[in-house]
Amino acid sequence: MPDTTQAGVAVTADAAVLIDHAAGIEAQDVHAWFDRLHVLRGVFMTIAPRRVTAIIGPSGCGKSTFLRCLNRMHELVPGARSSGRVLMDGDDIYAPGVDPVQVRRRVGMVFQKPNPFPTMSIYDNAAAGLRLAGERDRRVLDETVERSLRAAALWDEVKDRLGRPGTSLSGGQQQRLCIARALAVSPEVLLMDEPASALDPAATLRIEELARELARQLTIVIVTHNMQQAARVSDVTGFILDGELVEVGTTDQIFTRPRDRRTEDYITGRFG
Amino acid sequence: MGDRLFAHLLAAMAGGVLVITAAMLAALTVGAWPAIRKFGPAFFASSAWDPVAGDFGALPFIYGTLVSSAVALGLAVPLGLGVAIFLSELAPGWLRRPVGFLVELLAAIPSVVYGLWGIFVLVPWVRATLSPPLKATLGFLPLFEGPPLGIGMLTAGLILAIMVVPFIIAVSTEVMRAVPTSQREAALSLGATVWETTRAAVIPYARSGIVGAIFLALARALGETMAVTMVVGNVPQIRASLFAPAYTISAVIANEFAEATDVHLAALIYAGLVLFLVTLTVNILARLLVARAGRGPGLIRE
Repeated sequence: MPDTTQAGVAVTADAAVLIDHAAGIEAQDVHAWFDRLHVLRGVFMTIAPRRVTAIIGPSGCGKSTFLRCLNRMHELVPGARSSGRVLMDGDDIYAPGVDPVQVRRRVGMVFQKPNPFPTMSIYDNAAAGLRLAGERDRRVLDETVERSLRAAALWDEVKDRLGRPGTSLSGGQQQRLCIARALAVSPEVLLMDEPASALDPAATLRIEELARELARQLTIVIVTHNMQQAARVSDVTGFILDGELVEVGTTDQIFTRPRDRRTEDYITGRFG
Repeated sequence: MGDRLFAHLLAAMAGGVLVITAAMLAALTVGAWPAIRKFGPAFFASSAWDPVAGDFGALPFIYGTLVSSAVALGLAVPLGLGVAIFLSELAPGWLRRPVGFLVELLAAIPSVVYGLWGIFVLVPWVRATLSPPLKATLGFLPLFEGPPLGIGMLTAGLILAIMVVPFIIAVSTEVMRAVPTSQREAALSLGATVWETTRAAVIPYARSGIVGAIFLALARALGETMAVTMVVGNVPQIRASLFAPAYTISAVIANEFAEATDVHLAALIYAGLVLFLVTLTVNILARLLVARAGRGPGLIRE
């Protein structure tokens, strides 16, 4: 990939136009339940703006649930509950009177498996969020679609076939389309729930590069069970085990000088 | 060896279905032959139905069949889709099961029971309760002209709507439940409300299944005999007004088959052939529509 640097610069410029604000997040005593199963047990965590924060831990530890508490998606699962406070730029997104729909407009999300809308074209997928928000102006749509596809490092690959279905793309391209779809509504935070777990190594690398680029403009929280990925992509890493945040620190510190014995056991591969 | 036997057996069974369809078509054509020879394609355009003079045409019956089914779908599709969206997207699990069970029960009621209920409950209700306000507000339209007798096209459409709505609900609910959660989450994470998620993610994904459900309902409405015969009025005429009595193909066959002889009998079988063709056309159209809807990007700008 000879033009990586050039593409990188373009990504940043387009993301800078789309994203006018990156929010910091402060989770305070976040608990979560599925019916009676207590999956998150009082997580406190500060997530800095314009950084990539990775959340690692063995499967079933509650790391995805924690992520889904940050945009109020957790509560959509039947039987799911949560408690505690999640401050975005100081305001609790769980305060009474806060509309979860508004929260989700500010906090974008990318999922484990690429999930473009199969009946929509590439263009319509990228425009979906704007259209939901009521944008009808063709010029604004065209411009934002191009910008978000550029910001997701996908534009050059799809600009000649925007009318083709989103599902006609490869897995990695589909995931970048989903990132573009999330970026198009100018989120303040982007949550990525194991975004590369269904992709091949090359596509994984592209997503990771993209996350790094986007973090210059945007707050990124990425959940991964892949420790190398966390080490490659993140500035800060938190380790969750059995619903508790065991340790959080700079990625460098977590992977070289973990303070907690359990963190050390996990990153050295003694379990999980 | 066992596999080959199994494959041949299944192929024979599948072939049997084709043979039965072809045999039915052949038997209908042979039975209808005297009428086909006598009336030809004019049968489709003629409104005559005179067993004494031996002059027959199927137009009023075709009209009655198509219009009563159209009225039925016009009522049943919005209602059925509304209930399906509620059951699939909004209703809590403890409500979904019993309601779904009741819906299936509704589909299992014999049509003659619907017909009896139609005669004793629906017809008086349409005459005394539904028609007067319709006439008072929309009476200037030709659709609501003339005296509301209770029996007629409107009542037939209503009873057909009640009969086909369970199919629409049951099938649409199933296909919407089958939409992957990831599709809903994609829309919700963009800040869509539940309704917007349904409209933007769930319904498009389930579109071909929903279209299939509607055409299943239409096929049932087109061929439904007993309940319609009991409330439609059985008068072979073409009237714009939904209050006017009408007649359907299946109803005239059921009513007259026992006494018919010669050309009259052949004309009834010809009418049956017409119904067969109408249903076939509807099904082919449905297939094409589903294929188009399933392809999706055909509807999107290139």
